Amino acid sequence: MTFVTPVLNYAQLAPILIVLAGAVIGVLIEAFAPRAARHSSQLFISTFSLVTAFAALMTVRNQSSVDAAMGSVAFDGAAVLIQASILAISFLAIFLIADQENFTAMAAAVPGSEEERQSLQKDLRVTEVYPLTLFAVAGMLIFPIATDLITLFVALEILSLPLYLMAGLSRRRRLMSQESALKYFLLGAFSSAFFLFGIAYLYGYSGTITLSGIQESIVGGSGNDIFLLMGIAFLSIGLLFKVGAVPFHAWTPDVYQGAPTAITGFMAAATKIAAFGAILRIFYVGFANAEWQWKPALVVIAIITMVFGSVVAITQRDVKRMLAYSSIAHAGFLLAGVIALSKSGLDSSIFYLFAYGIATLGAFAVVTLVRDSAGEVTDLNRWSGLGKRSPLLALVFALYLLTFAGIPLTSGFIGKFSIFSAAYESGSTAILITGVLASAIAAFFYIRVIVLMFFKDPVEDGTSVVIPSALTTITIAVSATVTILLGVFPAPLLNFIETTAFFIR
Amino acid sequence: MSSLTLLGILPLVGALLIAVIPAEQVLRVKQAALGTTILVAISAIMMWLNFDESNTAFQFVQSAEWIPSFGINYAVGVDGLSLVLILLAVLLTPIVVLAGWNESEGGRWSAKVFYILILVLETMMIGVFAATDVFLFYVFFEAMLIPVYFLIGGYGSGERAAAAVKFLLFSLFGGLLMLASIIGLYVISSKNGGATFDITELSQMHNYMSSTTQNLLFLGFFIAFAIKAPLWPLHTWLPDAAASGTPGTSVLLLGVLDKVGTFGMIRFCLSLFPDASKTFTPVIIVLAVISILYGAFLAIGARDIKRLIAYTSISHFGFITMGIFAMTTQGHSGAILYMFNHGFSTAALFIVAGWMIARRKSSTIADFGGLQRVTPVMAWSFFIAGMSSLALPGLSSFVSEFLVLVGTFTRYPVAAVLATFGIVLAALYILIPVQKALHGPTTPGNENLPDLNLREKFAVGPVLAIIIALGFYPAPLLNVINPVAAQVIESQGFTDPVPSESAGK
Repeated sequence: MTFVTPVLNYAQLAPILIVLAGAVIGVLIEAFAPRAARHSSQLFISTFSLVTAFAALMTVRNQSSVDAAMGSVAFDGAAVLIQASILAISFLAIFLIADQENFTAMAAAVPGSEEERQSLQKDLRVTEVYPLTLFAVAGMLIFPIATDLITLFVALEILSLPLYLMAGLSRRRRLMSQESALKYFLLGAFSSAFFLFGIAYLYGYSGTITLSGIQESIVGGSGNDIFLLMGIAFLSIGLLFKVGAVPFHAWTPDVYQGAPTAITGFMAAATKIAAFGAILRIFYVGFANAEWQWKPALVVIAIITMVFGSVVAITQRDVKRMLAYSSIAHAGFLLAGVIALSKSGLDSSIFYLFAYGIATLGAFAVVTLVRDSAGEVTDLNRWSGLGKRSPLLALVFALYLLTFAGIPLTSGFIGKFSIFSAAYESGSTAILITGVLASAIAAFFYIRVIVLMFFKDPVEDGTSVVIPSALTTITIAVSATVTILLGVFPAPLLNFIETTAFFIR
Repeated sequence: MSSLTLLGILPLVGALLIAVIPAEQVLRVKQAALGTTILVAISAIMMWLNFDESNTAFQFVQSAEWIPSFGINYAVGVDGLSLVLILLAVLLTPIVVLAGWNESEGGRWSAKVFYILILVLETMMIGVFAATDVFLFYVFFEAMLIPVYFLIGGYGSGERAAAAVKFLLFSLFGGLLMLASIIGLYVISSKNGGATFDITELSQMHNYMSSTTQNLLFLGFFIAFAIKAPLWPLHTWLPDAAASGTPGTSVLLLGVLDKVGTFGMIRFCLSLFPDASKTFTPVIIVLAVISILYGAFLAIGARDIKRLIAYTSISHFGFITMGIFAMTTQGHSGAILYMFNHGFSTAALFIVAGWMIARRKSSTIADFGGLQRVTPVMAWSFFIAGMSSLALPGLSSFVSEFLVLVGTFTRYPVAAVLATFGIVLAALYILIPVQKALHGPTTPGNENLPDLNLREKFAVGPVLAIIIALGFYPAPLLNVINPVAAQVIESQGFTDPVPSESAGK
């Protein structure tokens, strides 16, 4: 066997490499830089590498090839759009993370121990969260462009492992945070095992691990269909876990609630984009011709997810848990785009992902600002009268809720309209009708929060809105502006997606 | 830019103007609001004068691309139907501002916010009737819920927050069903000659639908409209919303917003789905008759004056719906004229009732009594408004109610006969409160109520003048209405039945 020198297209891989380099530099800073200098230098490195990565991505935005890394990744229009969305949202998320109030002083200290007390007293700051974020972002960048199953799995792990850790870094209620991290890790490991199992079956079916190879085998029809079915099923479990689709959603509310809010926002927005990017590529490129094997199951999952997420969200009393169930419902709406299996399905999914990601990040940014002396206040009852205390902030949060509910003139409406029409176009009447009804149910709990904020009197219990730092203000302002702009003038982005988004095979 | 677009933008300009006035200068804010709305009303009357009555096509049209990927245009234009309703909206708005001069104070927020919401709502009311693009119509249809929601919830009385939520949820539910139908239409149009939302082009699409599809799409639209123009059994939100809003809000809600429902039935249900309309006509006529009688019975039993007016409206909307689905020219002309007249008679009732309530600090009918002696002008205004509501000959509602009944009788004699009982009941539900509140001995506590002041006389005067003038000479409006009514009936493939003498003479 001869060794073939790998030929890499560095230009197309540059965004990933830049982010990884930033992460490595971040680790070095943790190791060698004095404590005082870490925060600012980490913030600089993170933002700088994300911006550079974005610029690098833009220079190659018109290229497409399957040979960027020896057939392991595909670089095409859809990849550019998904990666650009991830980078943009991560950039805004870094601003939230920079608000150190959210994070524990020393992650290694046992909650309630003397060590923890001392670390708090010394006013230490956790800064390892920056390189962890960058590693996760790098994984997210690879995940949606991976075209062989091994790369896909590696990317999945790169993006997941830092997230497990980051979920446990909360400053307040540390036990709950650590519990959520452990839960996330165990369930995530479990789903990774399913994912690997699926890879094995697919290899058994087709004798290859590349998506195009699998697709050829499906077209050829010579393999054992049982292996194919098992492979698709197990692989889907791993993927659906990541997006929080029912019945693989159990981790979502706990992790959303337990993780530091900035991390929750990052996770909810960016992970969803990366995971749906991968799902779209796998199903559109790899399994498109086995449509009849997976579509019925996915339709059922999408319907259950939409209905379950919307119904259970009604009973939530905690704003982060409510947003978690709302994200489950949105995962169901997004699956409609996968089921559509058409060009318009792809376009609408990408638009929806970006619009939803931006709004989600903004919503969690608002959550970080409502606090009392013991930290963030996430109990919805204590949010009552927020509109009186802080009208502007309440208004912005109401905007995000309205976009989640899909009210016209917000980005969420355009997203919903396009994704449901794509699903109906491909014949899924059931998805359209359930989607619309689930939206009606969902509107109920979004509006309940608006009522709470505007029509109820404030409770006097020390809950207040802190003055946001400049960076958090930027995040909130940008996401609110984008949400309205995409609702009123979506044409430029829609056109861009329409001309750009395609999968290279 | 067409004069129609300018008309729509004008209130927004006023809203911006108010936004820069300091909140303390309440008088200045009110003057700006009144000035803007009067200016809008004058511009709309100018447009009416320039309207070509013999032309049944849309006039003052403007069309510009909005979201080309989905074939969505910003397209506006008016025909006789929309012109009448726009006139109704812009004539009532300044009256509402003038009549409810002080109702903006004592809300949750400043007077400034109240008038901004009113002006934004006015833009949307113009937009919803002027839109000739179904998607644009839907955007206005949904977006106008938001200002109304805040107007009821923020400035109303009693259980205002609950009523606002009930209103919003009912409307959103209907709206989402309509969205499903709109998506259905969009997909059908894109499969048959290119995606479009143009109402004229879409009205040909019924040729491409199976009867099941057409029935389902029709129901999506119809249920949304039946919630808006409350038809039994979807009416339950209306009494709460109307009783909780300020009198001004309720005038706009009952007078204009609910007309979007009956407007939509003509514009969308009939013209987009002619066959389905015929299929469902018997059911709808039955529901309309039930609404007429049920609303009347509830009104007779009502103790609260605002609820009474709301119930009478349910009865009147039954008449309008019956006129629409009778599928005769007289029925249609009557229904359209009824929309206009009902707007004014309800406005008069609500405005005067609002003053009575503000003076007496109670809305229970039993608390009034002998007002005719104490406050003769107010009492007579209420009396005339009430007479208009029960369709006394010589007042405007009589013409329209008569046309509806004649139009219905030629096709559905039984329904028309049953509906006629509604007129008898109307006499009861108007004369009972008139007797209790205006006549009889002066109830203790009423002796010193002040009569209408100059501003209030200026507010109610024009309304009563229009009611009386149109009662004697409805031709200016009928000239605009008749061509469009005839055209709708003709495009449905109906001819008016020729009245024949009874065979058993």
